[in-house]
Amino acid sequence: MGKLSAVWRETSHRYRLVAHQCGNCKKMYFPPRDICPDCHRESIGKMMEKELSGKGKIESFTIVHDAPSAFARQRPYVLALIRLDEGPVLTAQIVDSDFSELEAGRKVRAVFRKIREDGKGGIIQYGYKFVLE
Amino acid sequence: MLLSEDVYIIGAGETKFGELWERSLRELAVEAGLRAIESAGIYSKDVQLLYGSNSLGGTINSQNDIGSLIADFSGIASNHIPAIRIEASSASGAAAVREAYLGIRSGEYDCVMVGAVEKMTDLYGTEMLDHMGTMLDREWEAFFGGTPAAMAALSARKYMLDFNVPKEKLLSMSVNDHNNASMNPDAQYRNKITMEAAMESTMVAEPLNMMDCSPMSDGAAALVLCSGSFLRKRKLEGVKILSSAISQDFLALHSRRSIYTMDSTVLAARTAFERAGLKQKDISFAEVHDSYSIYGLTALEDLGFAEKGKAREVIDAGIGLGGPLPINPSGGLKAKGNPIGAVGVGQFVEAVSQISGKAGQRQVKDARVGLLQNVAGTGSTSIVHIVGGA
Repeated sequence: MGKLSAVWRETSHRYRLVAHQCGNCKKMYFPPRDICPDCHRESIGKMMEKELSGKGKIESFTIVHDAPSAFARQRPYVLALIRLDEGPVLTAQIVDSDFSELEAGRKVRAVFRKIREDGKGGIIQYGYKFVLE
Repeated sequence: MLLSEDVYIIGAGETKFGELWERSLRELAVEAGLRAIESAGIYSKDVQLLYGSNSLGGTINSQNDIGSLIADFSGIASNHIPAIRIEASSASGAAAVREAYLGIRSGEYDCVMVGAVEKMTDLYGTEMLDHMGTMLDREWEAFFGGTPAAMAALSARKYMLDFNVPKEKLLSMSVNDHNNASMNPDAQYRNKITMEAAMESTMVAEPLNMMDCSPMSDGAAALVLCSGSFLRKRKLEGVKILSSAISQDFLALHSRRSIYTMDSTVLAARTAFERAGLKQKDISFAEVHDSYSIYGLTALEDLGFAEKGKAREVIDAGIGLGGPLPINPSGGLKAKGNPIGAVGVGQFVEAVSQISGKAGQRQVKDARVGLLQNVAGTGSTSIVHIVGGA
C-alpha cells in the first residue's frame, strides 16, 4: 500500500474533501465517482467537483484494537462512519476525543492529519480525520 | 425453450481447516481434490473443466494462476482441460461452484471440478491483517484504518443500538458454531466455549471481541459436479443443486443503502428461493457466512428467516442441531474456520455430508434441503445456493 503515484493521485480528494456532484440529479458523492449510480449515462461528463464543509454526524463507530501495521502506533484508534451534512457517508478516524464521549448522532468536523506511515522510511500519508464538534 | 441440464454434486472432499504450518497451498488443494474425485467414483480423465477458487494467493503466497497450479499438481495437466481461477474475495468458493453449475446447465460440460484453497498462515498475524484489507475498498476504507473486523463492528454497534440487541445475542452464534465444530473432525476449533468466556475474550474492534471473529485459516475443499445425464449414464448418486443465485452491491460499506442489511443477500436469497420453488420453512439447515457474529444475525434476516432486527427470535427458538432451524452444523466460519477462498466450497462439503446422512455426531435429523450463503467482504457480493431434494 502507498506507492508514490497512487498517493499523489489521491491527495486532492483527501486533503480538501472534494466530492463529485451529479450535474443531472444534483446528488453528492464522496468518495468521488465518475458515473452517478442513479443517472448512469445521463451523468457522464456532468460530475462536478464540489468541496465539502467537513461537518457531519457519527453514524456508527468502533474502537480498533487489532490494527494493520501502518496503524500500529495509533492503536487503539476510533474508526467511524460519518454522515456528512451534504449527504454522503464516509469512513474515517475520530481523534482527540474521550472514548466515553462518542455516540451515534454526535456532531463532528474534519481536520487535516497524518493518516498512516508505511514502515520505517516509508511514505507518510496525510488526509482527513474528524474531531467532536 | 432449450431444456437445460440438472446439476448434481457427486463428489466432495476437504482438508482439515486450521493452522497447517507443514502443508503448502498446492498440497492442500491436491488433498481435497483427490478426496472429491474418490468420493465421486469417477476418474480424473472424466473431468472436462476445472475451476480453482482462491482469493489471496497473489498477495499472501505470491502465487497466481491457481487453476493451472491445481490441475498441474493433481496430475491432469496433460489432459489439457481448461483450468482457471475464480476470484470474488471471500465469496470465491460459491462463485466457482456457480460458474461450474452454469457450465453444466449450458450443456457445454458434463463433469466439472471445483478446487478451492487458501493458505493464510505463511504470513504472521499483522502482515496477514494488512492483506485482509484487500477485501475492502483500499482507497476509502482500508487506507483510513479500516479492517474487515472494524467494518463488521460498525454494523454491529448500529444494529445493537437500533434494535436494542445485547452483545450476548451476537455471541450466541459463536457459541453455537463451537458447539457444532466440536463434532467436526475437519474443524479448526473443536473446543466448546461458554458465553461468559466469550464475553471476556480479547477486544478486536469494539463491540466485537475475539469470539465474534472468525480465525485466519489454511484449508482446501473440492467438489465434482455433473449433469443429470452423466449421473444416470454412470449410475452415480448425487446431491442436486436446486438453485444458484448471486447478487452484488457497492464495494464499500459507507456507500450502501443500509449498514446492517446486505441487499446482495436479500436479492440472491429471493432469487434462489424462487428458482427452487421453495420457502424458508422448507430448509432443513443453513450454512451462513458468519465471518463475524453480527453477519450471522443479519444473514438470518436477509435470507428471510426473520424480519429485520428480529434474528434474536430465530436464535431464541433454537439454532442448534436439534432446533427448528439448525445453523452452521459444520461449525461455521467462526469454529470450522475461514480459509477465505475455500470457505464457500467447504459449506457444500458439509451440505453433502448432511444430506447423504454421513455427518456422524453432528447429523441434522431429516436433513433434506440445505441453504448455503457465501459473502464477499462486508457484503459486496452474496451467493446463495439451495441443495438437496424433497
